[in-house]
Amino acid sequence: MKIAVCVKQVPDSWAEKKMVNGVLDRENVDAVLNDLDEYAVEEALRIAEAHGGNEEGGAHTVTVISMGPDRATEAVRKALSMGANDAILVSDSALAGSDALATSSVLAKVIADGAYDLVICGTESTDARMSVVPAMISARLGWAQLTFASKVTVDPAGKVSITRVTEAGVDEISAAFPVVISVVEKINEPRYPSFKGIMAAKKKVIDQKDLAAVGASAQSAWSQVNDATPRPARAAGVKVTDEGNGGQDLVNFLAEKKLI
Amino acid sequence: MSTVFILADFSSDKSTKTTAELAAAGARIGAVTAVVLAGSGKGAALAATVNQGPIASVLVIESDDFAFHGVAASADALASLVKEKSPAAVLIASHAFGKEVAARVAVLTESGIITDAVDVAADCTATQLVFGGSTTVHSKVSHGVAIITVRPNSVEADFSASTPAIENGTATIGNDAKKATISSSQPPVKGGRPELTEANVVVSGGRGTDGNFAPVEAFADSLGAAVGASRAATDAGWYPHSHQVGQTGKTVSPQLYVACGISGAIQHRAGMQTSKTIVVVNKDPEAPLFDIADFGVIGDLFNVLPKATEGITARTN
Repeated sequence: MKIAVCVKQVPDSWAEKKMVNGVLDRENVDAVLNDLDEYAVEEALRIAEAHGGNEEGGAHTVTVISMGPDRATEAVRKALSMGANDAILVSDSALAGSDALATSSVLAKVIADGAYDLVICGTESTDARMSVVPAMISARLGWAQLTFASKVTVDPAGKVSITRVTEAGVDEISAAFPVVISVVEKINEPRYPSFKGIMAAKKKVIDQKDLAAVGASAQSAWSQVNDATPRPARAAGVKVTDEGNGGQDLVNFLAEKKLI
Repeated sequence: MSTVFILADFSSDKSTKTTAELAAAGARIGAVTAVVLAGSGKGAALAATVNQGPIASVLVIESDDFAFHGVAASADALASLVKEKSPAAVLIASHAFGKEVAARVAVLTESGIITDAVDVAADCTATQLVFGGSTTVHSKVSHGVAIITVRPNSVEADFSASTPAIENGTATIGNDAKKATISSSQPPVKGGRPELTEANVVVSGGRGTDGNFAPVEAFADSLGAAVGASRAATDAGWYPHSHQVGQTGKTVSPQLYVACGISGAIQHRAGMQTSKTIVVVNKDPEAPLFDIADFGVIGDLFNVLPKATEGITARTN
């Protein structure tokens, strides 16, 4: 099987995020591999391992695909140190400020050229939190969409079944290769890169390409930010110490605010 | 006057209050057509429940592909209607299904998309609260039809009765949209409590519960509230992951949010800090969540919550 994992480098979720000229300021914050993409990398490795592994020259490969600036190689390298085989990073200054539509278009082009059987994504990035890119890639490629998976079962002969878990309930869904999968948090426990994995990742190939090499063109964002305003910080209100009456104090507060 | 599509939202075969919220937002832009995607023979019954808010007409599309092929089939049908009728905007509920339908419709109709709007103006400008609610953003789709997903519980709904004209239509569902097949579907297990993202009141428990959510649940029930949990609590297996509030979980914006035994890591704040009123119960006086609480009780939740539950029950009986 050829498995691709789409990952994104995002600002550290502990960092304070700011908008500059209508886009997220990514320059001045620590950047990390999107938390939720680690589950996708882990699931890809587990699928490969369940069917003989992804060792060099073996039957299965796990390729990391990303789009981002040069420094996104750090996030890609993390996925490689977990055990992925190789990576493709699309970097082009023309892609700065891309929206989800442009991003999905570039990723779909890279995926289409790689003849993958499975594409695995996280459900969302922790910065934009749109949850739309996996569905967009599926729509662009005309591949089956198996998203919000809490369980993935792969028959290497060419079939995938997932359990989809959303607020609408639980669905059992299956499709033939090729498919686009997104996995929810908690589908697995992502491994920490081992020392050996980190050393090995330094030698793995990150194929960094610009748009021309991908054969795609830049598309401006199809939505524009008019303004972005930091919301005033919330001020702390009343604080009482429970000396047996804290419960009643709470009730009195709710009553006073007409919340009960 | 321009037309606006809303994708009618259903739960247990009934239109939800989210549908009325979408209608209220859509009516600012133009005449609202509620699109109802139904299984064969089920359209009339579903359409009959779309009867609240300013809805001018209901367009019913019947196909068993919706149940068998889910998101992709629904998106194909909606996209074909958008291409045919060219509405000014399409408003869809911002949950997993709605966002994915919107994503595919945006691709299929070559339109820009905005997700998680908390408000939509007459000129289709969407308001979003980003970065965990710390920043307000106004943005606008600049290409194609404005595809906007609207967060439940954000737009004030108009629940006045309406009697929209009901029309049956046809839509195209391509073969690519039928490649994934749903073999079984189970509705969410409802414990009689409201859905987390739609609830007016949310009571959440964290590390301080030490695995015992009973007092949190009892207090929630006295308020008719949904129950949430911090990541620490769901990671520990104390409460289902589907109830996690925070950056990697659900974002909630209720009238009242009560955090019990939750210290308030930035990840948790990101999921709840736009709540109208925040109450914090924690025995650690240094818990950072106190900084954004309208009312804080420094105390053990196992003492405070049962008394508060008693107090509320006494008032309401």
